[in-house]
Amino acid sequence: MPPSPRRPVDQRYRYLYKPLIFAACLIPFLGCAGGILAISGFARVPGFDLGVDPVRFVLDTLGKTAINMVLITLLVTPVREIAGNANLIRLRRMLGLFGFFYALMHFIVYAGPFQDLSWYAIAKDILKRPFITVGFLAFLLLLPLVITSTNKMMRRLGRRWRTLHRLIYLIAMLAVLHFWKMLKSDYREPLIYACILAVLLGWRVWRRNRTRQALAT
Amino acid sequence: MLIRKPSDIKPSEITSEAIFLQRRKLLSGAMAGGLLAAGGSMVRAADSAPSAPTLKFKDNAQYSVTEKPNTFEEITHYNNFYEFGTDKTDPAENAGAFKPKPWSVTIAGEAEKTGTFTFEDIIKSHPLEERIYRFLCVEAWSMVIPWVGFPLGDLLKRFGPTSKAKYVEFTTLLDPKQMPGQRSDTLPWPYVEGLRVDEAMHPLAFMVVGLYGRDLPNVDGAPLRTMAPWKYGFKNGKSIVKIRFTETQPRNTWNILAANEYGFYGNVNPEVDHPRWSQATERRIGGSFFGARQKTLMFNGYADQVASLYQGMDLRRDF
Repeated sequence: MPPSPRRPVDQRYRYLYKPLIFAACLIPFLGCAGGILAISGFARVPGFDLGVDPVRFVLDTLGKTAINMVLITLLVTPVREIAGNANLIRLRRMLGLFGFFYALMHFIVYAGPFQDLSWYAIAKDILKRPFITVGFLAFLLLLPLVITSTNKMMRRLGRRWRTLHRLIYLIAMLAVLHFWKMLKSDYREPLIYACILAVLLGWRVWRRNRTRQALAT
Repeated sequence: MLIRKPSDIKPSEITSEAIFLQRRKLLSGAMAGGLLAAGGSMVRAADSAPSAPTLKFKDNAQYSVTEKPNTFEEITHYNNFYEFGTDKTDPAENAGAFKPKPWSVTIAGEAEKTGTFTFEDIIKSHPLEERIYRFLCVEAWSMVIPWVGFPLGDLLKRFGPTSKAKYVEFTTLLDPKQMPGQRSDTLPWPYVEGLRVDEAMHPLAFMVVGLYGRDLPNVDGAPLRTMAPWKYGFKNGKSIVKIRFTETQPRNTWNILAANEYGFYGNVNPEVDHPRWSQATERRIGGSFFGARQKTLMFNGYADQVASLYQGMDLRRDF
């Protein structure tokens, strides 16, 4: 049962939960930034250890966080419906934008420290290496979603907004594929991601079929 | 033998004068103390070694590059050794309990003298030397590593390979109890690698038993491993329990897993890309966060020495 629209808006979401989750979402970024500052000699902060290959560590951390954010964003609707808490929708945009933020940071670290801003090498990677093509495509597809994430754009697009934002399903699949195809062997980690995504998408298929059946009878 | 032309060396790669002088000082101090009788063993700069060297060895400057070696910490905390896990930090975490002694190595195949030999039998007649080699992983990251060991060819000759011995195969220990990575089938275990006999007999091919003047750490393939510095790292067997001379080309583990990505030769070649990434450049570990990428050299910079081994071969096909 969808929750009643007359239920009063819970102000704790605006003033407590949302800022807390915002801060939590920033932790991976702050950890990476702090670590880079520490190894660059700007500040000695204990606990900010990026290991022997900091570039790879930061690249991997930002990439995995981007996938995590996209999957958490996809978790909002099922949890909202199963728990019957309409307020959760008010967190979804922020989570989705964090997904884009981490994908952007991941790309910046790839292009900058990882590829030394060699645009030739980057273009060759994107065109020739399927796993990078797939990752870059996922990143590009996030752009229209970010641009149309404002209230104004939502109003302007109306029903088309929902259709457009279904792109996130494709983006999530491309992101998991990007991770999978990057590895040499040992696919356990991307397999876990793929299973979670399968559940999240499977639940949507199941719900749609159920709604159709309900309408048919 | 000039390994690398001076013009290729970046200023940042040259050992600073202070450290250089410090080493000279240590060396002259050792001489003054009459300790040179120990075989001219060299004491490394204190910042990079875990403690004083315990092995007796000579410096082999002729086969050493002048680039600055990576620290002991870097070399022992970032590497691929799937027997201990697939993350590059897994070996450091999981190899601590591994027991490299007692150890024995079985010599088999096309040789006059086959059988099982203790580790001590294997190494006793070989004077140790230190060689600072470049190391390049097929994943396009690189290090500079001061190995201690002896020429691989000197060892192989002792067993009298017959005229049928065209290749030599190295097998890594199979022991899932000690090597937790072998409990999952991430690779077809045990790890097997191979070289052509003329490659294995090349003076640069090294049997490694030490690092930074000490026994080879577990994470890097204790107690003995091979090192052919003109090849990608995966071509080297670690924790070797079997050396077999064969007439036909042995299959190597990564080639079995993905023949389109990893060949038998695994020679460093900036012109032949891995299907999923470029091999034109490499990232030198231990550099700064920015600008660590450098051009990869043909045969990892050892072309003058080893290119003749592959004359007339199509390196694009035999990659």
